[in-house]
This record gives sequence, structure tokens and C-alpha cells, in this order.
Amino acid sequence: MARVLMKGNEAIALAAIKGGVDAFYGYPITPQNEIPEYLSKHLLANGKVFLQSESEVSAINMVYGAAGAGKRVMTSSSSPGIALKQEGISYIAAAELPCVIVSVMRGGPGLGGIQPSQADYYQATRGGGNGDYQLIVYAPESIQEAVDVMKDSFNIADYYRNPVMVLVDGLIGQMMESVDFDYPVKERKLPEKDWATNGIINHPGRRNVANSLYLDPALLEQHNFKLQAKYNQIKKNETRFELVNFDNPEYVIVAYGTMARICRSAIEMLKKDGIEVGMIRPITLFPYPEKAFDQIPKKAKGILTCELSMGQMLDDVLIANNGRHKVGFFGRTGGMVPDPEEIVDAIKSFNERVVK
Amino acid sequence: MPKGKVTFNEELCKGCGLCVEYCPTHILYQDIKTLNKAGYNIIKVSEPDKCIGCAFCAIMCPDSVIKVEVNK
Amino acid sequence: MLEVKYEKSKGLTDTKLSYCPGCAHGIVHKLVAEALVELDILDRAIAIASVGCSVFSYQFFNCDAQQAPHGRACALATGAKRVLPDNIIFTYQGDGDLASIGIAETIHAANRGENITVIFINNAIYGMTGGQMAPTSLIGQKTTTSQDGRNQPNHGNPIKISEMFATIEGVAYLERVSVYDPKHVLNAKKAIKKAFQYQKENRGFTMIEVVSTCPVNWGMTPVDAMKWAKSDMEPVFPLGIFKDKGAE
Repeated sequence: MARVLMKGNEAIALAAIKGGVDAFYGYPITPQNEIPEYLSKHLLANGKVFLQSESEVSAINMVYGAAGAGKRVMTSSSSPGIALKQEGISYIAAAELPCVIVSVMRGGPGLGGIQPSQADYYQATRGGGNGDYQLIVYAPESIQEAVDVMKDSFNIADYYRNPVMVLVDGLIGQMMESVDFDYPVKERKLPEKDWATNGIINHPGRRNVANSLYLDPALLEQHNFKLQAKYNQIKKNETRFELVNFDNPEYVIVAYGTMARICRSAIEMLKKDGIEVGMIRPITLFPYPEKAFDQIPKKAKGILTCELSMGQMLDDVLIANNGRHKVGFFGRTGGMVPDPEEIVDAIKSFNERVVK
Repeated sequence: MPKGKVTFNEELCKGCGLCVEYCPTHILYQDIKTLNKAGYNIIKVSEPDKCIGCAFCAIMCPDSVIKVEVNK
Repeated sequence: MLEVKYEKSKGLTDTKLSYCPGCAHGIVHKLVAEALVELDILDRAIAIASVGCSVFSYQFFNCDAQQAPHGRACALATGAKRVLPDNIIFTYQGDGDLASIGIAETIHAANRGENITVIFINNAIYGMTGGQMAPTSLIGQKTTTSQDGRNQPNHGNPIKISEMFATIEGVAYLERVSVYDPKHVLNAKKAIKKAFQYQKENRGFTMIEVVSTCPVNWGMTPVDAMKWAKSDMEPVFPLGIFKDKGAE
């Protein structure tokens, strides 16, 4: 397949098919509707499962059921819809089932708006579900990267028996870019799904149970230790980031997704003004690329966190920076997307933007 | 020879008494002197000869305590 | 020569049931287990446990199981059944789980005609949490959250699930049964078996509502609870077949 021009949401849907998705369960919400629309046609045509559920709550629990059955399963939604899915996500993480959740962020809080936003960073990395759990969160900045991540996400989910979230915003979902679906995904030796609840007939002599209930606190603590050990493995193996213009930066921007794209343009503009600005672009938000911050030169004047929010990833930047440099913040929110010039101005007025 | 024979897996018994209530020949009773490990008074048969093997006791037992055999 | 007429079903595990003495959950567990064994579908059955007293049912049915969030059992069952159409998938839910928090999931599963079986235990109270009012609690019934008795102006009337679901096209079999005496237990088993038989035949959504008991939270002996199920619950929740596509 040669490069094709595709809308982000549709490309993500096709990438899911390339990634081997067996079933999709979801509920309509703007700005991600092209994902279920595309899949409704193409999954059913290939004998796979597509089901429009009665609610997001129901959709994520259908995902739970199908993931428990050992199939490759996904859902997609947007901010208020992801909020409704949090209960099920916590259960799926607790029961150690693999699945993929696409979150196409829009402005919030509440019903908010339908324009692009990154105000669900907390929702993705801290979760609204209960308990100590983590999703593996990818934040692609282009449709190509979204496609590559999406294709790989089912392998990652299966490998770690953990939900994976592909986090984009409405801009990536709605825009069109040329994209190539043929980049190979990383080979992983995937463990057999001998835990699947698909009937004893498929694993004689053993009952399989998908469960998150441990009434004995000692056992529940052990379960949490086991999950934590897995999250530590994920941190070790799966952390991804890109360093942009990092030769000798005077300032460093930290931005992901759509905001990183805008910052790329700003960095070029600043270069013309004689100001060298580097960028740490996290590709995984969990695990967060803390180690990338070790590469910031000591003499750098500061770190500017840029987000389409009021400052959520900022927390992780402050943790990763650990007091080494001044940290400033620039954000637009509610669906407002800045021009690169605003980033340029923010760098030039860095001292006014210092948070800590 | 009685028509039926009932045996109890006493450790599963919770002493609810449903078997006693639904036995049509009224031959079951709760032994208030005997407790199982869980602390429940277990059920005994007063007149085994009168068991008709209807299995009503076992059907009503929520805890699958009772095995019923019949003479063929 | 002695022949075994009744013994513990192989459809149940060796785990001791967590239910209170005389709770009818145990009786219904046996019926489900026996039906799965007799229809020779135990090894491809998947039980979906709910939240409430039956939360531990995943430990009791001797088949694969999933433990669902409160009210979501029919969503899990749908998700699993769509990818495993040859498996037998059933939910086991109480009245709080099914008729209150999970009514949307249940209605839509029924409306889609999902080929699953729902075992619905209606004992008119929240058992696990300590006797709070259920959507099926009777008018006048005293619970820990309706201490002067349920009254219509404040709480509404007890919700009649089988009557509601009888109107849904996707439902293939729907019967309300009780287990307050051996005759009714045997009839309940027949109904449960029929529901699973229909699932085997891909006929659509099947549900058996069991008018059940909660001796501890009703404040009664197990025997009195059985009598109350007959005298007080059955008039509000009349027994019978509400829908049978096979008979149409």
C-alpha cells in the first residue's frame, strides 16, 4: 500500500484493523465519530465484531468481556465519554486484560466543547478510575505516528496484559495527512493467552477467571505489588520520546501531540531570531520520559511546558526536572489552538512564565 | 429396607433447617447438641427407615449438603 | 441396590458458598449448575458474576467466569458472546445490580436479542450492603433505608422486570419462578434449563427472574422467609412464563 491521504480518525481505524483488532465496542461522541463509522463498515465486512453500545459505560464493559475472552478489542471516545469509561478501565487494568482505548480529546470540563484540547492528560495518566493502576499512554503528534502506534498497540497490550491508551486531540482526529500503513511494527514474542475465559473446553483441567476482587487486604496488596512490578517493567522498556533541535539549546520546550507540532514551527521561527530552542517531545505519557530531562544542558535558561490545557503535564515536567531548571508554562485551552507566534512570544517572555 | 437413604456432608451445613421443614415424612431434626466446625447445629435423621427417597430435603438445601440414594 | 438420586452437582466447585444460612441463592446456584451439566455445556460456559451477595459466584460455578462491575454484567456478557458465539454465556445478577444500576445494560442486551442467559435473583432487598431498599422492595417493606416502610410517593413502586421485558422483541424466553418449595424449585430448574437450551439454539435473549429470599436482612428464619416469598412477594411478582418464542 502506497502513501494515502487520510483523515486522522479513519487512519486510526484502519491501523486498528492492520493491528489485528477482533472487536470494537463504542458510543458516538464528537470529535471521534469517524473511528466507529469506519470500523462499522470494515470490521463487519471482514467477519469481525462491531457494536454500537447504549453508553460509554456499557462499551468499556463490553471491551472487558471480550478482552477477558482473549480477543483483540478496542473502544474509542472523547473526553466526557472517556470519563464515563473510567470505571471499566480500572477493572480491566485490575483484571490484567489487554485492550486499546483511543481518546480523542476535546475541550472541557463538563460537556465543554468539541474543539481540540489536551486537558485530559490527568485523565489518561492519573485516571479517574479507582486504585493504583496505570495505562500505557501514547501521544502521537501526526497521523503517521498515530497509525504506527495504533498498529503496535495491540501487541503492547497483549504483551503486558494491560490497557493501552492512544491519546490524540480533535485536531489530529479531524485533519488529513498522507500516511503509509506499511511500516513494520516491532516484533514481540507474545505470551499465549492461557488466561482467557473462553470455556474450560479450551483449557481442560483449569478454570479461568477474570477478576479484580480481593477482599483479603494482604492478597490485594500482593496483587498491587504485582501490578506495580509490571508498571516498572513498562517504565524500563517502553518509554519513548523525541529530542528536537537539542544540540545546544538555550531554552527547552516540553510538548506532546498537536502542541508539539506547533512548537516545531515556533522553534524554526526562533532559530531565525537567533534563539536556539530544543524540545522534549514525550511519545509515551505513561511511562513519562523523565530521563530525557537529564539531557538538558546545565546552562539552559529554562524549560517551557506547552500544552492545550491549563497545565497538567506540567506536574510531570516539574517532577522530571526536579528543581534543576526554571520551569515555565504556556497553555491555551477550551479548544483554542495557538499560532506558533504565541510560542515564540512565550519563549521571549520566559521569565514572566516561570511557575517554579 | 427403607426406600431411601440420606447422608449429610456435615461440614457444609449451615443449619438453616429448610430440609427439616420440607421433609414430607418429618424424619429430620436439628441436633442442638452437635456443632460442625463452622459452629452450626447439624441435621440428623430420627427415623431412617421412614425415608422415602423423595430428595425434597436435598432439593431445598442451598449448600448441597445432602446426598440422596434410593433402593432400586 | 442403592442408586444416587441426588448429590452435589459437578457444575459447582468445592468452594463453600459464602451465602447466609438458608439463603435461596444457593438453591439457584445448584439449578444453574445442574442445567449446565445436564445440557452438556459446562465446559463452554462463562459465568458473569455481578456485584452484590452473588459477587463471589465466579468462585462457585465450575466453569470460566468474569467478575463484572456493578450493573455491567450484561455488557460483559455481550462483549464476550459477540467474540465467542459458540460459548454459553450467562449473567447471575441480583435486583440491585440488574434492576437498579444495571437496568440500561440489561434492557439493551435484551433489545439486541443478545444470545445470552440472565439469571435474575429478586429478593426485594440489598443483601451484601446490609439490607437497604431495592428497586423491587415491596410497598410497606422496612429496610435500612426505608425504615418506616417503602412508600410510593417517596420511593415509587416496586419495579416489575419481567413485565417490562416481556414487551421487548429481542427476548426469546422469559419466566418468573420461585424456589419456596420443592415443586417450585423443580419448575425453576425446568425454566433455567429451557433458557440455556434456547441459548444453545441461538434463539436470543433469555431471562429467568427468581423470586428469592434474604432471611437475614428480612429479619426472618429461612423457613419464614420462604413463606413470605410466597405470601407477600408472589402477589406483587406473579409467577409464570412472560415470553416464549418457541411456543409462538
